[in-house]
Amino acid sequence: MSKIPLNTPVLDPRIKRVDLESTYGTTSIGENEHWISWEVFHQKKRGDQHVHVGIVHAPDAQLALLFAKEQFGRRLACVNLWVTKSSDIFSFSYDDEDIFDNATAPEKQYREASGFRVMEKINRYKKSKQKA
Amino acid sequence: MYGGGYIQEEKQEATSPIDDAQKLAAFEARIDRGEKIEPHDWMPADYRKQLIRMIEQHAHSEVIGALPEGTWITRAPGFRRKLALIAKVQDEIGHAHLLYSAAETLGKSREHMINDLLTGKSKYSNVFNYPAKTWADVTVIGFLIDAGAIVNQVANSKGSYGPYCRALERICYEESFHLKQGHDAFITLATGKKAQHDMLQDALNRWWKPIMHFHGPPDKISEHTAKLMRWKVKMATNDDMRNQFLDMYVPKILEIGITIPDPNLKKNEATGQWEFSDPDWDEFKRVINGDGPCNAERLAVRQYVEEHGKWVRTAMMNPNQKVVIPFA
Ligand SMILES: [Fe+2]
Ligand SMILES: [Fe+2]
Repeated sequence: MSKIPLNTPVLDPRIKRVDLESTYGTTSIGENEHWISWEVFHQKKRGDQHVHVGIVHAPDAQLALLFAKEQFGRRLACVNLWVTKSSDIFSFSYDDEDIFDNATAPEKQYREASGFRVMEKINRYKKSKQKA
Repeated sequence: MYGGGYIQEEKQEATSPIDDAQKLAAFEARIDRGEKIEPHDWMPADYRKQLIRMIEQHAHSEVIGALPEGTWITRAPGFRRKLALIAKVQDEIGHAHLLYSAAETLGKSREHMINDLLTGKSKYSNVFNYPAKTWADVTVIGFLIDAGAIVNQVANSKGSYGPYCRALERICYEESFHLKQGHDAFITLATGKKAQHDMLQDALNRWWKPIMHFHGPPDKISEHTAKLMRWKVKMATNDDMRNQFLDMYVPKILEIGITIPDPNLKKNEATGQWEFSDPDWDEFKRVINGDGPCNAERLAVRQYVEEHGKWVRTAMMNPNQKVVIPFA
């Protein structure tokens, strides 16, 4: 891209001090220059689980924690953060989502509290006692 | 932030890949059931492309949107306004991070997105190509541009792509403070001394056209909105969002004695639609394509910053690290 002159007087008092036109159109970001990504887990208060809240880019764990603090511990209540490399996360594929279907399947009612009708049985018993 | 409808739609390529009909049907059925799409799901090529374009341009808007306001931190009237403005600008950069992350899950790297911003290949919200000449301009931005953005972002947070929705939920929470501090500053000027009132009126007069441009060209001239709405990439049409914005904010402007520089602006009570003068869509096109008062300055500032931060980033690069698509 060729050098483009700025067509209004620059208003920013900081920017007035630098030669913007000399760098215009010459910069590009190299591949991986923004480093790898880290998954961030946020703990709102002691006793809570750490919950995944997003990612940061950083060259190492220390900086990842620092950026995570700025990004995810800045506005919301927070007592602790974890970071781990995105490449160290292993997950199922959503294509196999149906393998979890039977976690909530109706035929598994025998392991739910609602699968056991004790009141019906008690009432039937009480009724039969009254008749007797 | 600042995202959404104001952004140019890319012309559809003639050679758009034909998507597997069965997969497409399952994908659309999932969206119809109100379920979210997650990063590694199968998705139509055009869904991916349009989402990347939209989320990326939303992210760029957050970065560039911080420039006119960042300029005013040192000159904001009073310590409390300075603190609020610093916090707001920091939030906006945080929004950019969240949005770049969401776009990355679709397979475009952050480096690639930023390069496309620097070369002018990808756009950002057109309103930031206009200057913030006075403190009243910052006030108009903080109140009405953020308000317009919130209308758009609340709608999009109900969309179909999981990572974008998650980012927007968090963004919307922070935006509520942006709007409130803007409204507070707006009222302070409107109800203050005559010079303050006049300065605000002058700023609103200059900003009204860009504000009317904010939600993008009218539906009759924007392309393939129907498919994007079917896929819940777009949750409301440009006209609907603009109408909702006018419904909510015109009364808030008028109630404190500020006027709107459009004699034809009025609500048609029968249709529920606002009517207004043509806000000059040719100017919109001209400015978004590079010929606005601040386009060159905005990109030059980004160029300068990237150029001068480069040595730090490269010094810290570790060539043995393996880059993967994040889960955000
Ligand atoms: Fe924002
Ligand atoms: Fe904002």
